[in-house]
Amino acid sequence: MQKPSKNTIIYTTLAIIFLIIAQSFFDDYTVRILNNIAIFIILATSYNLINGITGQFSLEPNGFVAIGAYVTALVLLTPEMKMDSFQLEDPHPIIMAINLSLIPALLLSGVIAAGVALMLAYPVFRVRGDYLAIVTLGFGFIIKVIAINSPAWTNGAIGLNDIPSLINLYWTGGIAIITVIILLNIIYSKYGRAMKAVRDDEDAAAAIGVNTMKIKTYAFGTSAFFEGVGGGLLAILLTTISPDLFQFFLTFQLLIIIVLGGLGSMTGAIIGTFLVIGGSEWLRFLDANINLFGFDFGAHPGLRMVVFSIILIIVMLFAREGLMGKKELSDIFKRKVK
Amino acid sequence: MDILNFIQQVVNGISVGSMYALIAIGYTMVYGVLRLINFAHGEIMMVGAFAAFMAMGVWGLPLFIAIIIAISFAILTGVLTDKIAYKPLRSAPRISLLITAIGVSFFLQNTINVFVGGTARSFPVAPFFDKVITINSIVFTPTLIIVPVITLSLLAILLFVLHKTKYGMAIRALAFDIKTVSLMGVNSNQIISLVFVIGSSLAAVGGIFWALSYPILTPYIGIMIGLKAFAAAVLGGIGSVSGALIGGFILGFAEVMFVAFYPEAGGYRDAIAFIFLILVLLVKPTGIMGINFEKSRF
Repeated sequence: MQKPSKNTIIYTTLAIIFLIIAQSFFDDYTVRILNNIAIFIILATSYNLINGITGQFSLEPNGFVAIGAYVTALVLLTPEMKMDSFQLEDPHPIIMAINLSLIPALLLSGVIAAGVALMLAYPVFRVRGDYLAIVTLGFGFIIKVIAINSPAWTNGAIGLNDIPSLINLYWTGGIAIITVIILLNIIYSKYGRAMKAVRDDEDAAAAIGVNTMKIKTYAFGTSAFFEGVGGGLLAILLTTISPDLFQFFLTFQLLIIIVLGGLGSMTGAIIGTFLVIGGSEWLRFLDANINLFGFDFGAHPGLRMVVFSIILIIVMLFAREGLMGKKELSDIFKRKVK
Repeated sequence: MDILNFIQQVVNGISVGSMYALIAIGYTMVYGVLRLINFAHGEIMMVGAFAAFMAMGVWGLPLFIAIIIAISFAILTGVLTDKIAYKPLRSAPRISLLITAIGVSFFLQNTINVFVGGTARSFPVAPFFDKVITINSIVFTPTLIIVPVITLSLLAILLFVLHKTKYGMAIRALAFDIKTVSLMGVNSNQIISLVFVIGSSLAAVGGIFWALSYPILTPYIGIMIGLKAFAAAVLGGIGSVSGALIGGFILGFAEVMFVAFYPEAGGYRDAIAFIFLILVLLVKPTGIMGINFEKSRF
């Protein structure tokens, strides 16, 4: 880890001050949205590592978030609560045996998600990255199939309830800050440069001695780890999880976030999170009854998603760089050296 | 399992496999020409199935006209998708194309969801398809016979077009090297549109077959069927039309047999295509027909 620069210290301090103010003074609704934003910052920045920095199109977040959420929930629930809530089958002995506190639970979520990612990465990265998208898309559905069909592990379609709500902004915001700092350190390390080399020209990167398969696997595993952690936080935010919760829409939201912010920019991913999560609260009126010029168009649930997909296509067609391109905030303020 | 039951499952497997094959052809041809996993392909199938549903269930048209309407809608969707969303990105990095494709897929699902409705519809099965023929206690429904027959004849026509006509030659040449072929005076955009026309119309036929066999329609059927068809295309060797047929049949058989032999694990049926996909990538990424794009690209 390199010595923290002046900018890092300033931004981190500002973020921490904001968290303290928000947690103490803001109302519950705002705090909940801020919690949501913090979790999405974790998810979006780590998703950006594989999609934007390494340039491998992947659709995995909902799968790994589901793994993280289930692991955290199962680890946090006490054995008595598990006996109560598992209605279809008795819980598996392993599940009964494990009961940890929050930080080990989140770490375990991350480690398991990363382990699954490594297993997926091996077959996928033997060929070029194209298949990663479809394999990870399929993976999201398979996780759901497995969650529904193994009631001894996941309580089947009913899901898990009464997960202890340990959430507050210090957890979510703090972990988001740590995630961003770790990811930035990776990006500016030799691994990060190798990832960008793979993105810009895989053949050339391989020719100058970058082990492209190793680098892609490393990026995929890292982003899976943080998605697992983010999933765990999501579980304690929602306190109720079920297989239907982790639909492809989650991945799609993250994709819009990083595309809007600029593929390959961590600052962009953070700005994108605020825009999309905030905007998606604001766009809720679209799903309600629409009354335009005195005509009642009725309610169109799902119209929000249509708008989202149009935004994604338009950004891709006309502003492929997104808001930040591949730049970070510090790149913009950097003075030109003559 | 006795022999009659086994034959019954074989018949079912051929029928399911044919549908996968019809949809897989679209994936394989678009991938062959544009090197793009066309995520919207499953949705084009869904649009076809919904158009047929509207024609028959809402407007009360006969099946024949409904098929024409379905194919026209699917072709329109496929070609417009290419013109609006893919064509401006031909020279862009491939990740942009893939992101746009997933955007189009999500757009089509949700547009149908908003304007037609997200509740599951029952597809109006024409009276002819309700008949059941029983031979030696093996149950044949007309779909079980018609689906493979039409699939094989459509495939024969497609192979003829691909190998015996000028347009087919252009498609195959484009799949080999798009830049050089454009320099030789072939209008590559026109040929790419042709590929989308072929892929979309076959997908529409596949969608109607699907709706006739499993008459429950939602705007989200395209994702799962599309994924499976893509797995079938990879299994057969992506880029190869006959490979798509082989892959489709293998996947169809595997699914039907799995459910027949292990009915208690039937919930995992949807996972089989995924396992096949992983196994193919592990063992032989070029699939059964073994087309190697990595070597033939440059």
